[in-house]
Amino acid sequence: MHTEARYLAVIPAFNEVATVGRVIHEVRAEAPHFDVVVVDDGSTDATGEVARTAGARVLRLPFNLGIGGAVQAGFLYALDNGYDFMVQVDADGQHCPGEIATLIDAMDADPTLDLVCGSRFLTNEHGYPAPISRRTGIHLFAFLLSKIIGQRVSDPTSGFRLYNQRGIELFARDYPHDYPEVEAVLMLHFHRLRMKEVPVRMRQRGEGVSSIGSGKSVYYMIKVLLAIFVGLVRARPVPEPGGASPVTATPGI
Amino acid sequence: MELRIQIVAIVASASLLLLVLELVRRKRFLERYALLWLFSAVILLGLSVWKGFLSTLAETIGIAYPPNALFLVAFGFVLVLLLHFSLAVSRLSDQTKVLAQRLALLEERQSEAAHDRPRGEGALEELGSAGPGRRTLERTAGRS
Repeated sequence: MHTEARYLAVIPAFNEVATVGRVIHEVRAEAPHFDVVVVDDGSTDATGEVARTAGARVLRLPFNLGIGGAVQAGFLYALDNGYDFMVQVDADGQHCPGEIATLIDAMDADPTLDLVCGSRFLTNEHGYPAPISRRTGIHLFAFLLSKIIGQRVSDPTSGFRLYNQRGIELFARDYPHDYPEVEAVLMLHFHRLRMKEVPVRMRQRGEGVSSIGSGKSVYYMIKVLLAIFVGLVRARPVPEPGGASPVTATPGI
Repeated sequence: MELRIQIVAIVASASLLLLVLELVRRKRFLERYALLWLFSAVILLGLSVWKGFLSTLAETIGIAYPPNALFLVAFGFVLVLLLHFSLAVSRLSDQTKVLAQRLALLEERQSEAAHDRPRGEGALEELGSAGPGRRTLERTAGRS
C-alpha cells in the first residue's frame, strides 16, 4: 500500500440492483482508500441509481456492451483519471471486498507484477462449489493457459483482479469482448507483462444470475477455446498508441 | 444454353442491375457497397447475355451444364459480399463500443462537474479573473 498512490475499484454491473449497493458499502468499508466506480452496463433496473446513492461514481453505458466492454470502460476511466491501481470486483457479491487487501499485499510484495488475480482454487477450503460443467471448462482453460504461458494458472475465469498502471494501459487500449478474463491472461503474456495468482475466498453469488447460464456453458467453452487459438495466431496482439488500430484504420463505414 | 433459362437469367440479372442503379440514384448506398453490387450485377448480366463465354467458362472448370456456372459465379459474389458485411458489422460494433464508453466517461465527468460547481462558488473571488467556465475546465483537468 502506497499512501500517495491512487486506487480505483471498478464494479461492472448489469441488472444487479439487489446486490450492488451492499458490494459498494463493503468495498468502501474494507478498502476505504479506493475510489469506487460502478459501470452500469445498460441496466434496465435501478442499478445505476442505487450505486449512486451508495456513494459510487457511475459510468452509465447507453446500452448493454457485455462484460468486456463494461470492464474496458473502467480501464478507460482509470487511465483518463490517472489511477495507479485498479481492482475489478463483481457486483453480484461473489468477491469478498475484504480480500482486496490480499491482492494489494501481493502487488506490493513484488512490484514487477502487473496483474494479481484472486484464485478460488488455490485454497483447500472450497467455499465455492461451482457446477461440474463450469469446473470442467475452467480446469480445461487453466490447463491450456498454463501450457501456453509456461506458468501455472489455476483460475483463469476469475474476474477478481488487481491491475497496475501498465495493465490498465494495455487493457484500456484493447480488452476482449464477451468472456474476457481468459483471453486477457494471454494478452498479458504476449505483452510480457507479469501476473500472479493469490488464493482468495469467494462466496456463493447472491441474487442475479451468472453471465454464463448452464445451457450456454458449451457455447462459452467453444468460444473461449477459439479465442485462445485466435490469440495465439493474432497478427497484431494489441493496437499500439499511434499505430493503426482496427477501429481507426479505416475511417467511415 | 437453352433459350428459356437464358431469358430467365437475363431478366433476373437485369432486374438486379436496375434495382441497384435505382438505389444508387436515390443515394441509399454508400459508394463502396454500390460499387460491389454494380460490379456483381454487370458481370452476371454479361455472362447471361454472352452465352459463348459462359459455355467456355463452364467447360474449362468442368461444369457440364453452363447455367450452373452462372450460379457458381453468383454464389461467389454472394459469399464475398457477405464476408464484406461481416467485416463491416464487426468494425461498426467495435466503433459503437468505443462511442458508448466515451459517452459514459463524458457524462460522468459532466455530472461530476455540475455537482462540484455549487461547492466551489466561494473560490471564485480568490481566483480573481478566472471565469466560471475556465474554473470548470481546470477542475476537470485537475482530476485527471
